[in-house]
Amino acid sequence: MSTQVVSTNIAETFAPMSARRLLIFGGIALIAGGMLFGDIFAVFVLHQNGGQTGRAILAASEAVNARNALAVKEVFQQIGGLLEEHGTKVDTHVHMTDAGYLALLLALMQPYVVLSPRLKKLLAGLFLTGGLLLPVGIFLIHYVALAYSPFAVIGWASVLADSAGALLIFVLLAEGYGFCMFFQGKASGREPELPTQRTWERRTLMSGGALLILAGFLYGAWYAGVDLYRHEAREAQILKDMLDNSASGQGGAVVAVADYGSLAAERTVKIAAHSHVIEFGLLAMLLSFVQPYVGLSERWKRRWVVLLLVGSAILPVFVLLEMNLGLVAAAIADIGGLLVIIALTGMLVGVLRYSGRLDLGPEAGA
Amino acid sequence: MSTGRGVLVMGGLVLAALGMLYGLHYAIFVEHQTLNRMGGSLAQAFLSAAQRNMVDAHGAIDAYASTKYDYVRQVDVHSHWIGLAMVLIVLGGVLDNVAFSPRVRTWIAVALVAGSFAFPLGVILQTVSQGGAIASTLALLGSAIVTIALGAVAWGFARSRA
Repeated sequence: MSTQVVSTNIAETFAPMSARRLLIFGGIALIAGGMLFGDIFAVFVLHQNGGQTGRAILAASEAVNARNALAVKEVFQQIGGLLEEHGTKVDTHVHMTDAGYLALLLALMQPYVVLSPRLKKLLAGLFLTGGLLLPVGIFLIHYVALAYSPFAVIGWASVLADSAGALLIFVLLAEGYGFCMFFQGKASGREPELPTQRTWERRTLMSGGALLILAGFLYGAWYAGVDLYRHEAREAQILKDMLDNSASGQGGAVVAVADYGSLAAERTVKIAAHSHVIEFGLLAMLLSFVQPYVGLSERWKRRWVVLLLVGSAILPVFVLLEMNLGLVAAAIADIGGLLVIIALTGMLVGVLRYSGRLDLGPEAGA
Repeated sequence: MSTGRGVLVMGGLVLAALGMLYGLHYAIFVEHQTLNRMGGSLAQAFLSAAQRNMVDAHGAIDAYASTKYDYVRQVDVHSHWIGLAMVLIVLGGVLDNVAFSPRVRTWIAVALVAGSFAFPLGVILQTVSQGGAIASTLALLGSAIVTIALGAVAWGFARSRA
């Protein structure tokens, strides 16, 4: 196994336009962009989309009652479109933030990847390109649909998304190859490791992140054990009740549709709470590595750390409370997400300030 | 780089690539067809009910539920493998700060990698035989191992600060 250089100078670990710098900038930008998209989606699309889907299912029930098969078909085309819009927007948010997380992870790994600096930089560029095109492709799936596509069910936007996904896999495999070379003791690029100072910001982000991830794991296990199968059985039963009531004209379809909407909302908020608390924990741990490159005063660095952790706790807790408190909780959860975005942007500005100072060198002091 | 850190980073990379390859395969060959089948079953249920054929309607709802059971787990495998891979790589960066002996740290790393692989594998095996005991046990065991190992990491962090 290769030995590793531990730098005494932070600047050496953040060379201008190096793969690491590209991945850190690009990673934070992708995460902030993905979260901003998620917040906009939550405020302007999610609830409206859910309401439209509920109304469409009610219309389908009424069409069943009226024995109108043609209307049923039309309503289901509409429901398919609504579900596709909802699904692609959730996937855009998830894939953009996850590509950002992976970019930051690759930045951490760079000292252990035995490839030439030029190749590392090329791979970093390819990864960020794929990380941007993948969510863009997913977002466009709903709008481009099958226009001009030679395939039966896959449109050009899906082709773009899948190609970008393949590009990410290629980069990941190439980085893995470089990592294997490191383990086999091949000469490394002598790139220094990330600084290892245990500052207050780093320790707080690391501990807070580990606790958030642990909380997310425990909640996920509880959800899988207690709710998952119950929800699946309840959904099938509600749908059968809805059809029975509509067909017999007993008039219980509205209640069944309301039950269905309530179940969908309960499932969504529980899964969202589970995934967000883990993702924010991961983000906090990743950002702990970036802290030496945040060129801000101690006071401001601590403010961003506290804001990030507060927002990371508020969002999942209030997402869960949406079932009890309704839109008030949803608004507070959105504010939690906004706090995380603000903290992330603050840190990104700090990294930009740091790199600017670094690149100017002695002129910066003047 | 210590053995434990190497196990975590390498395990994380392999798991991330596995999760992405599965996701790519799923997106190209399975997802669209599954969504079409799911939507088709639900629409068929309502159409059958409109024609007052309630046996077919209930059968279509059961088909919808069965397809959705598989769909939820197939998507979960993709997201959990990649999510857990990212956790592994991050922990690979900080494992040396966990206040246990190198041998214990290596075992924690091995447990994290093994649990992270086994838990989603158990979930996807549930689609082979719905409600299968072996698959459910594997998923349960995998998630328990990951959670306990992560708890050990958090405890190790706490010890290092004391």
